[in-house]
Amino acid sequence: MRGATHAKWAACAVAVALAATGCGGGGSGGGSGGGGADGVVRSSWGDPQNPLEPANTNEVQGGKVLDMIFRGLKRYNPKTGKAEDALAEKIDTKDSTHFTVTVKQGWTFSDGEKVTAKSFVDAWNYGANLKNNQKNAYFFQYIDGYDKVHPDSGQPTAQTLSGLRVTGPRTFTVKLSQRFSTWPDTLGYAAFAPLPRAFFDQHAAWLAKPVGNGPYTVRSYAKGSQMSLRTWKAYPGPDKAVNGGVDLKVYTDNNTAYTDLVAGNLDLVDDVPAAQLKNAKADLNGRYINTPAGIIQTLAFPYYDKAWNTPQAAKVRTGLSMAINRKQITETIFQKTRTPATDWTSPVLGASGGYRAGLCGKACAYDPAAAKKLISEGGGIPGGRLKITYNADTGSHKEWVDAVCNSINNTIGNDKACVGSPVGTFADFRNQIGQKKLTGPFRAGWQMDYPLIQNFLQPLYYTNASSNDGKWSDPRFDKLVDEANADTDTKTAISKFQQAEEVVRDQMAAIPLWYQNGSAGYSDRVSHVELNPFSVPVYNEIKVS
Amino acid sequence: MGRYVARRLLQMIPVFIGATLLVFCMMYALPGDPVRALAGEQAVDPAQIAAMKKDLGLDLPLWHQYWNYLTGLLHGDFGTQIASGQPVADIIADAFPITARLTFFAFAFTTVVGISMGIFAGMKADSARDRVLLMVTLLLISVPSFVLGFLGQYFFAFQLGWVQPNVSGEANWNELFLPAVVLGSLSLAYVARLTRTSIAENLRADYMRTATAKGLPRRRIIGVHLLRNSMIPVVTYLGTDIGALMGGAVVTEGIFNVKGVGWSVFGALKQREGATVVGIVTLIVVVYLVASLLVDLLYAVLDPRIRYA
Repeated sequence: MRGATHAKWAACAVAVALAATGCGGGGSGGGSGGGGADGVVRSSWGDPQNPLEPANTNEVQGGKVLDMIFRGLKRYNPKTGKAEDALAEKIDTKDSTHFTVTVKQGWTFSDGEKVTAKSFVDAWNYGANLKNNQKNAYFFQYIDGYDKVHPDSGQPTAQTLSGLRVTGPRTFTVKLSQRFSTWPDTLGYAAFAPLPRAFFDQHAAWLAKPVGNGPYTVRSYAKGSQMSLRTWKAYPGPDKAVNGGVDLKVYTDNNTAYTDLVAGNLDLVDDVPAAQLKNAKADLNGRYINTPAGIIQTLAFPYYDKAWNTPQAAKVRTGLSMAINRKQITETIFQKTRTPATDWTSPVLGASGGYRAGLCGKACAYDPAAAKKLISEGGGIPGGRLKITYNADTGSHKEWVDAVCNSINNTIGNDKACVGSPVGTFADFRNQIGQKKLTGPFRAGWQMDYPLIQNFLQPLYYTNASSNDGKWSDPRFDKLVDEANADTDTKTAISKFQQAEEVVRDQMAAIPLWYQNGSAGYSDRVSHVELNPFSVPVYNEIKVS
Repeated sequence: MGRYVARRLLQMIPVFIGATLLVFCMMYALPGDPVRALAGEQAVDPAQIAAMKKDLGLDLPLWHQYWNYLTGLLHGDFGTQIASGQPVADIIADAFPITARLTFFAFAFTTVVGISMGIFAGMKADSARDRVLLMVTLLLISVPSFVLGFLGQYFFAFQLGWVQPNVSGEANWNELFLPAVVLGSLSLAYVARLTRTSIAENLRADYMRTATAKGLPRRRIIGVHLLRNSMIPVVTYLGTDIGALMGGAVVTEGIFNVKGVGWSVFGALKQREGATVVGIVTLIVVVYLVASLLVDLLYAVLDPRIRYA
């Protein structure tokens, strides 16, 4: 029969196709435990792009895990952001260049290995070495010998940092290449975490299931779907976890995570989508937090373009800053998840850490009449038209750029004075900045590496600094920063930094827009939910009922 | 017949190579540097970017990169993701089974419900039930899938509590039911309309009259003579639809948290992960090719006048 033969061949083709695509699948899920000290927090997650090496993680999703499984020499207090001793017994210096570090006794990794001075030195050498392609390598740039292990071009000429020396089982010395009085306070960042031998000896196995010295251990990690962390019962530190563990679940985006939170399938979403903010209060019955994070958004300028690098242009920039109605934009577009900026740092530093509300003064206050006057005094916008460049693929930048332009246009009284200039992807956006192709202001967001005023100023505005994308340069600023770094007294160092910040203000090197907040919503199953200054939930303090 | 199938399978090889080359060139032509973008707003020194590019072979000219990719592919190596350092094969192995299940569900739903609705309406063209069908399908065609998705989530998950709103990491069969219905509903409308028109037309065909005149039972007339002939346009549509369901489900996958192929390819596109995009798109091309081969073979099953040699 004809039909039957045809059917047979069709069946054969199906078989070939199935064999080619290789159908498979299935898997087993673990149930969540009960309440109390054994209760497991179910939290939203995005799969980290990079392997989970401490010196290679610079985004918040990987940062969540590192914050749970590692403790470094210092730890930033989740509430105040202040650097406090964790594994460090003491860090001594007489000249802000030579430091002697003593590690506390009694700490081990969760695989039983002792945390020693060598655990730190090996980890830092690994992070700094160009061969290991670690994204946070620049954290070690102040240590003597960094230019040998991580040259700007060519191959490294040394394998270890000459500034690091192990002097005893629990002591090591650090020599910096420059004076940096607040350097010990940078050591709370994950890049400075100690690493066990397993990291070096069985690297692939370690990446599949990282081992650290923090209050949690990784039980299982299914890439793209879930990571289960459980409380390490023998954790020697004072900040033991009060819950049984954390299940980090991967979501396609924060909208689906929010849906699962409302449906009761999730306990914590640490980034409530902007579109849901209006509903969040009603949906979650007050279980919503919105606190400042160490992120500031600014508009940077291309100083390699001569038109922007004149004393006249400084007036124009100040005028533009005064033409932006920050309050209205943060309230209507961001639903108060941003706070209008009045300086170039962040409120998470606190007044003692160098944050000074109102340092920007009049230059950041909305005043259309004065703004218009300043802009015309400065000779108008260079090139006649302001193009604000941003990347269109993340973070709904289009809306606020359009609003900023609208605000500027209304001030000047010209509908076409300012337009947004979207770039399709973040990759291309960074590319254009790197190649100095931009002729107008561009979006610049800065998330702090550590809560120090130094981190908000030096990398961004120091001559030829690593993230000084606009290539702004001012000798007065550089001098004040050098002096501040050399100062052994923290208080005077901070006031020096603030003087340097005033130089930034007077030149309006970048227009500060707003401070970003971190937001989180949680279920009625959990309590004591807080975000640390890096917008990462403080998991070990979450109680499960 | 066997020779025909063999020839068609062989023809897939140049199409396969052409498709990979095309996608590869497109990814290469896109602006932006995926290695640089890894560092976010932070600065990375050029030495490190150069070192990473060298490790990944991204510093070679296009033809060399493509050659490396193709030779790797022949050894079963789909390449490596730039950001995570994970083999692309692993990503495909994670995403494809989930999408295959979703597609299977959506496809079954489309076929069974769509054809039944089409027959039901087509048998009595221009009757009240026919008009209701046209109305319903028009609605399904005009409403975007994300509206259907959110509506389904709202009613079935939050109001009635029949299903979970999202698909978990394991993507179990019962969780995929709602997303599959939403995903399949657009195709369902087309299938129903195609079937209905085809049936209504063929009811008036000569061979139908002949069959009735021969005194065949009604069940046989409709089940064999009418249906088999009416299915040809529907099968054509369904064949191409498999590929569309697999690759084009980005919106539905996003709404229901399905970590399938659409989501993976969209994420890879945004990060300019060339190898991932090429790998997944190539597999979808293969699915299209196989589906169209199946459709061609099914023609012969449905209509004995069509022969392949």
